[in-house]
Amino acid sequence: MNNATNNPSSGAAAVAPPTQPGQPAPYKKVELKSDRPTWCPGCGDFTVLDLYFRLCERRQVTREKITSVSGIGCSSRFPYFVQAHGVHFIHGRAVAFATGLSLSRPDLHVFVFSGDGDAYSIGGNHLEHAARKNIHMTLVVMDNNVYGLTKKQTSPTSPIGFKSKTDPMGAMDTPTNPLKKLISAGATFVARTSHTNPQHVLQMMERAMDHRGFSVIECLSECVEFYPGAFDAANPRKGGQFTLIEEKKKDGTPEDAKRHDPSDEVAAYRLASLPFPGVFGVFYQVNQPAKNDKEKQLIDTARAATSNAPPLAVLQKTFDRMK
Amino acid sequence: MSTTNASSSNEAVAPNAVPIKDAVIRIAGNSQDGIQTVGELLARLSGRTAQEVMSYMTIPATISGGPSIYQVRIGSDHVLSVGDVVDVLVAFYQHSYEGHISALRDGGVLIYDPDQVKPNLEDKRFTYVGVPMTTLTIEAIGGKGRDKGKNMFLLGLIARMFDLNLPKLETMLKDWGAKRDASTMEATMNAFHAGYGFDIGRMGQNFRFIPNEQRSGRPLMVMTGNQAMAYGLIAAGVRFGAAYPITPWSSIMEIMRAELPKYGGIFLQAEDEIAAVCAAIGASYGGRVAVTGTSGPGLALKTEAIGWAVMAEIPLVVIDVQRGGPSTGLPTKMEQSDLNIAVFGGHGDCPRIVVAPRNVEDAFYISIEAVKLARDYSCPVIILSDQAIGFRVEAFEVPDLKALVQEMPIDFTPRGADFKPYEDTPDGIPHHAPPGTPIANNNFPILSGLEHNEAGHPGEDPKFHVVMTAKRRRKLQKLAEKLPTPEVFGPAEGDVLLVSWGSAYGPTREAAEKSIAAGQPMSALCIRYLNPLPSGLGKIFSRFKHILVVENNDSGLYGYGQLAAILRACCCDARIRGINKTDGLSFKVTEILDAVRAQIS
Ligand SMILES: Cc1ncc(C[n+]2csc(CCOP(=O)(O)OP(=O)(O)O)c2C)c(N)n1
Ligand code: SF4
Ligand SMILES: [Mg+2]
Repeated sequence: MNNATNNPSSGAAAVAPPTQPGQPAPYKKVELKSDRPTWCPGCGDFTVLDLYFRLCERRQVTREKITSVSGIGCSSRFPYFVQAHGVHFIHGRAVAFATGLSLSRPDLHVFVFSGDGDAYSIGGNHLEHAARKNIHMTLVVMDNNVYGLTKKQTSPTSPIGFKSKTDPMGAMDTPTNPLKKLISAGATFVARTSHTNPQHVLQMMERAMDHRGFSVIECLSECVEFYPGAFDAANPRKGGQFTLIEEKKKDGTPEDAKRHDPSDEVAAYRLASLPFPGVFGVFYQVNQPAKNDKEKQLIDTARAATSNAPPLAVLQKTFDRMK
Repeated sequence: MSTTNASSSNEAVAPNAVPIKDAVIRIAGNSQDGIQTVGELLARLSGRTAQEVMSYMTIPATISGGPSIYQVRIGSDHVLSVGDVVDVLVAFYQHSYEGHISALRDGGVLIYDPDQVKPNLEDKRFTYVGVPMTTLTIEAIGGKGRDKGKNMFLLGLIARMFDLNLPKLETMLKDWGAKRDASTMEATMNAFHAGYGFDIGRMGQNFRFIPNEQRSGRPLMVMTGNQAMAYGLIAAGVRFGAAYPITPWSSIMEIMRAELPKYGGIFLQAEDEIAAVCAAIGASYGGRVAVTGTSGPGLALKTEAIGWAVMAEIPLVVIDVQRGGPSTGLPTKMEQSDLNIAVFGGHGDCPRIVVAPRNVEDAFYISIEAVKLARDYSCPVIILSDQAIGFRVEAFEVPDLKALVQEMPIDFTPRGADFKPYEDTPDGIPHHAPPGTPIANNNFPILSGLEHNEAGHPGEDPKFHVVMTAKRRRKLQKLAEKLPTPEVFGPAEGDVLLVSWGSAYGPTREAAEKSIAAGQPMSALCIRYLNPLPSGLGKIFSRFKHILVVENNDSGLYGYGQLAAILRACCCDARIRGINKTDGLSFKVTEILDAVRAQIS
C-alpha cells in the first residue's frame, strides 16, 4: 500500500499501467485468435470477429488494453474468441457494466458486443441512458432479427410476420427501429453496416473508435440457422441493394447539397425511417463532451479546491468540522 | 433521568441544578417547526462536550409535512438505545401532547405552549411547565418569521435547563447560520437568547450532566450512520460508486456524489438499481473495489448481477440500508427483514459475505472492513445497515484516520504464462488481473458468469462445476475460520443469552445490563459477521438454557426470525428461539425484558 501522496488513486484521473520498456513488436491479427468460435458455420458474427481483429491489428491497440465486454447471446460469446482481456457478463447489462469500467478506467477504449435481444430488449433502458450520458465506449450490435442462442424466438427487431417459436403465426408487434431509438436517445455516433460488406464494417469500426463518446454500430449479422436470408434484400450478391450514405464533403458543389449531413438530427431520423433495406453508413455524429470528460473536469475543480491535498488530509478536514 | 449526588464542578453556574447522568428529551411538533434542527444541534453539542448521545426521529410520510418528533438521549456513560421513556417532553400542539404524553415517565417534565396546548393538569404524575413559546418568540424577534424562530427559542430554553455549554452552542449556531442571510441569523440569535433567558428553573428544575471521568480524552465526533458509511468507504479507498435513489439509502449516495470528486473519484446516479450494480461491478473489474447501495426493493433488483460477481469472483461492496418490506413496505421505518435476501438472494449456490454494523460508529469501521474483505476474498460483500442506524445521530471517538485511510492502487503486476484467473488453489481465492495487466504469452483471462475452467473459458465437462462450486464455497469457509468469535457480555454461562445483530444490539445489550443490575444475570452477544458465521457459536450457546435471538422481523411460520432460523440450521439447536417485532421501531429495553420473561416462564 502506498503512503499518502499528492496523487491519490482516483476514479477518472489517469490510470497508468506499466508499459513495457521499448516498443513491443507489432502484432498480427492471427495472434488475437483464442477459443475456436462456437458459432454455426456461415454465421454473420464470424465477420465481425474477424474485423475486430483487423481493427486491433491496424491500430496496434496495446495488447493488454484491448477489453471486450458482452452480455448473453450467440453474439455475446465474442470475448471468448478474442485473445485479450474480456468479460462475458449477464444478459442485457453489458453496457451498464462498461459504463462503470469506462468511467473508472479512462485509459481504455471499451468495446461492447451485443445482440438485438441483448441490446434492444432486456438492455434497452441501459442503452438509452448510456447514450444520453455519452459514456465513452463503442457498442457493436450484431442484429440477426432473432434470438439465436435460445433457438428462434421473436426479437425486438423481428419484422411483422416472421414465424418464430414464440410467434408461430407470425410476429405481430411493431419492431424496434434501433437507429431512431439511438438518435432520439442522444447517442453521439450512430452507424449501420452489414456483415456482407466487410470493408464497410471495418470502416465503421474505425470511425467509431475515433469518436469520443458513445458510439454504436448496428450491424446486420445473419443467423443462418434460425433466420437465413433475413438480409438478402441488403446483399448485392443475393440480388439486393447495399446503398451507402453519401456524406457531405462541404466542397460547395451543387451535388453536395443533396449529400447527408451527419450532424443533422432530423435528416438522420429521415434516413433511419427508410424501409428495409434502407441505407448504410454514418447516420448521425456530433461532438459533445463525454460524461467521462465532464466528470474529469468536476474532479479537477474539486481537487484544485483542496490544493491537491492527499486523501488523509481531505478527510481529516471534513472530520474536524464534525467534532 | 438518572440523578446522583455527586458533587459538581460548575456549582457556581447553576447552583440548584440537579446532577444527572442521562436524559431523554423528546420534542413533538410538526415537521415545519424546525425541530429536527434543534435535535441535531443538541446531539452535536453533546458530542462536542464529551457526552454520549443517540437520537431518533420520525419523518412524516408526506413531503408537505405533518406531525414529527425528534428524540435525543444524552448520557455521561455509554448510550445504547434512544430510551424507552422520556424525561422531558416538549409539546408544541395539542396533538403533540395527546400523542406523546404516554411516553413521559412518572415524575417527568412537560414543557408546553399554553397558547396551543391545554394539558390535563389533574394528572399529578408530571411537572407542568407552560412556556408561551410562540408569543415570546414573536416578542423577541419582532413579529417576523415566527415559525422559524420558535425552534431556536426552544433550543435556548433547553440549553439553560440542562446547563449546556453556551459558548460552544453559540459557535455551532454561527456555523449553522453561515449559509443564511444576516437578518435570519439575527432573528435566530435573538430567539435563542430569549429562550436562554427564560429560566425554567423558576418553575421546574434545572439539570446538569456529570462529566464522565473515564473518558479516554479522545474527542468525540457526531454523525449519522449513513454519513459514517459514506466516509468509511472513502477512507477505505473506494473511488467509484453507482446507485439509484431510494429511502433510507439515498443520503449515502448524496454524500458520496459531493465528496468523491475531492478524492479523484466518481459517483454515478444510474438509471436503475440493475445498472448501478452492473456499473459498480464494471469498475471493480477495472481493478479497484467499487460500491453500490440501496434499500430492500433495490437489493431484489441487484441479485442477478450479484450472482455474476459471486460466479466471476469479482470484489464488490453492496450496502442495504434496510426498511420495512416487502415491496414498498414501510419506506421510512426500520426493519431487519432483508437478512434472508442478503444471505440467500439469487439463484444457484451463491456464497457471498454478509456483515452488519451494530451502531453508527460500527457503520464507519465495518465499511472499511467490508472493502478489505471484498478484496481479500474476491467476493461481493453485502453490508446490512438499517433505517434506525442510518438516520440517527451518535457520538463516538474520533477515528485514527492516519491508521485507517488507504489508497487502493490498481495492481497491474505483469502475470506469468501460467496465470489462470480461476486457479483451483487450496484457499480458493483468485487474484485477478485487471485489463491493462500484461500477461506473458498473451494468455489473457476472461471473466465469466458461465461455469468455467481455470482459465475462465466455458467447458462442457461437468467436473468444472463441481470444482468451481467447491472453490467459491471454500474461500468463505477459510474466512469463517479467521473470524473472531463474538464476545459474550455478562456471565459466560447461565439462564438466558440474548443474541442480536445490527441495530438490535443497543437495546439488547442494555436489557442485559439492566437485568444484571437488578440482580438477575443475563448475557448478550451480537453477531457482526452474518455470512459466513464465525466459529464457536455452538459452544457458547451450549452454556445457556435459553438462547433468544432479538431481531426486528417476523417470527415467521415456525416461531423464530431470520437470524434465529440460520442459527438453528447451523447449530442444530432447537433451544434457539426468537424475540421479534414488526412495528417499524427499534426495540425498547422493556419490550425485550418482558419478552424474555414470557419466553422463559
Ligand atoms: C435474465 C435472462 N433472461 C433470459 C436469458 C435467456 N437468453 C439468453 S440469450 C437470449 C436472447 C439472445 O438474443 P440476442 O440478444 O438477439 O442474441 P443472439 O443469440 O441472437 O446473438 C435470451 C433470451 C438469460 N440468459 N438471462
Ligand atoms: S444460431 Fe444463429 S446466431 Fe447463433 S451461431 Fe448459429 S447462426 Fe449464429
Ligand atoms: Mg439476435
